[in-house]
Amino acid sequence: MMVSELSAERRPGIRPRPTLGRRLDAAARRVLPVGFTALAILLLSAPLGLPEQEALLPGTVLASVFFWSVFRPPSMPGWAVFGLGLLSDLLGYAPPGLTIVILLLVHGVGIAGRHGLSRQGFLLMWLVFLSVASAATLLDWTARSAFALRLLPVQPALFQLALAAGLYPLLSALFTWAHRTVADPSRA
Amino acid sequence: MIRLSILTRQALAKLTLPLLLLLACGLVVLGQADRRVAERARVAVSDALAPLYGLMARPLSGLRDAGGEAQHLVDVAAENERLRAENMRLRRWYNVAVALQAENAQLKDQLHWMPDPAPSFVTARAVADTGGVYARSLLVSLPGDVSISKGEVAVDASGLMGRVTEVGTRSARILLINDITSRVPVTLTGSHASAMMVGTNNATPRLMYFPEDVHPAEGERVVTSSEADALPAGLPVGTVHYERPGMPVVEPFAALDRPGIVRLFDYGLTDIVPPEAAARVGPRPAGRGAVGPVPGAPGGAAAPVAAPPSFPASHGASGEPAVTPSLPVLPIRGFSKPAIGRG
Repeated sequence: MMVSELSAERRPGIRPRPTLGRRLDAAARRVLPVGFTALAILLLSAPLGLPEQEALLPGTVLASVFFWSVFRPPSMPGWAVFGLGLLSDLLGYAPPGLTIVILLLVHGVGIAGRHGLSRQGFLLMWLVFLSVASAATLLDWTARSAFALRLLPVQPALFQLALAAGLYPLLSALFTWAHRTVADPSRA
Repeated sequence: MIRLSILTRQALAKLTLPLLLLLACGLVVLGQADRRVAERARVAVSDALAPLYGLMARPLSGLRDAGGEAQHLVDVAAENERLRAENMRLRRWYNVAVALQAENAQLKDQLHWMPDPAPSFVTARAVADTGGVYARSLLVSLPGDVSISKGEVAVDASGLMGRVTEVGTRSARILLINDITSRVPVTLTGSHASAMMVGTNNATPRLMYFPEDVHPAEGERVVTSSEADALPAGLPVGTVHYERPGMPVVEPFAALDRPGIVRLFDYGLTDIVPPEAAARVGPRPAGRGAVGPVPGAPGGAAAPVAAPPSFPASHGASGEPAVTPSLPVLPIRGFSKPAIGRG
């Protein structure tokens, strides 16, 4: 984040004076993706009484981390992904650290493929996300089964994956809008 | 700010992710090596969030109540009719109960019956359903001056909900009876046979390990058994239901999916090994002076059922409920050893 800030400062061009308000605005826009994800984790662990609330959480977090890693990596840095994983691990019953590993891997995939991916259309992005989410769910299920020393039921994992796949278009629309408007620091 | 060359900065940026990944893997290993660290961190987070969730729970429950109220207004006439019929039925049962109570008192008098000690309890509000896909658990918020211990029994208005597994200063976590690691010794009231109620993460826990010659009847009441001294005898749990032939499940009385107010009873039966979450079954670090067998250890079936929650499951063995001859027969408090068979 610091790196991009410095490079932005060094870029030539005319820009408005960085007043306190403007800097606060830019900072708020920069933390919006991480803030949204953290809020989603907190809210989806709260007693909202939504149907299948606990299965919604992994898909939401995966989609958010993947999207922002591809389209705006400075707003979804590695340490923030680490923190998000830690938060969802501590709020749930997952083996500690597992969610962190999965989210970091997804983040890594997003970062690595972002030059190609960010130019692709929505449908291909969705397919890529689907394969990433499948791999993440497989890893999750395998690790949990390994730690539990028995095969856990597959249906919840599949259901979770299906929810993630179904959620992605909705979240993608929301994030694309945010990416162009409220989460864009250069519009501050 | 230290001025670094662009190359160094780029190298550092590339190193961050692998370093973080290593750290995360370290956390996984640490979490598996010493579960108490993770448990403590979890309790700390739950403690911090319990007041927040408590704040959220109130308007939400208000909203839900309003919705329910509106629904009630719609079908109030039918409800009245039903209630009148039920009232009549209950009045008849009341008379029966009074007669039975008198008879019971009389019989107990003649038997020099030692009454069970009355348990102390606290009532708390369930503030969050913190289980994931692989776990069914519940967070209750507690005022700071209440002392709760692990192994206390959680009951709602209609039946057994679960047991306390983790205790913080302002919150306690309850493992529900439908969690996949939950094992509850139960008694079938019709045949007086003991069985194990095994959670499946679905709404209805399975009934397993009942004697071979006993067939749980559809609709038969299931109550807790004091076998293994983990629970008091006779707490209502649910009724037997067959989803398919040969596979009885228990339909719990307690509203496990809509937890509201939870009572936590202290029966003083705390010397059980607390249940482990699905993801955390494995040998516990010794040092707590644990009484029960090591959960998940091979050959745990031969160990006494001092730790019913961690009784190893034999999933996938066959569709038929297995009968375990190795279950030691403990004396059941409350009544003498029942004749196995259909009562």
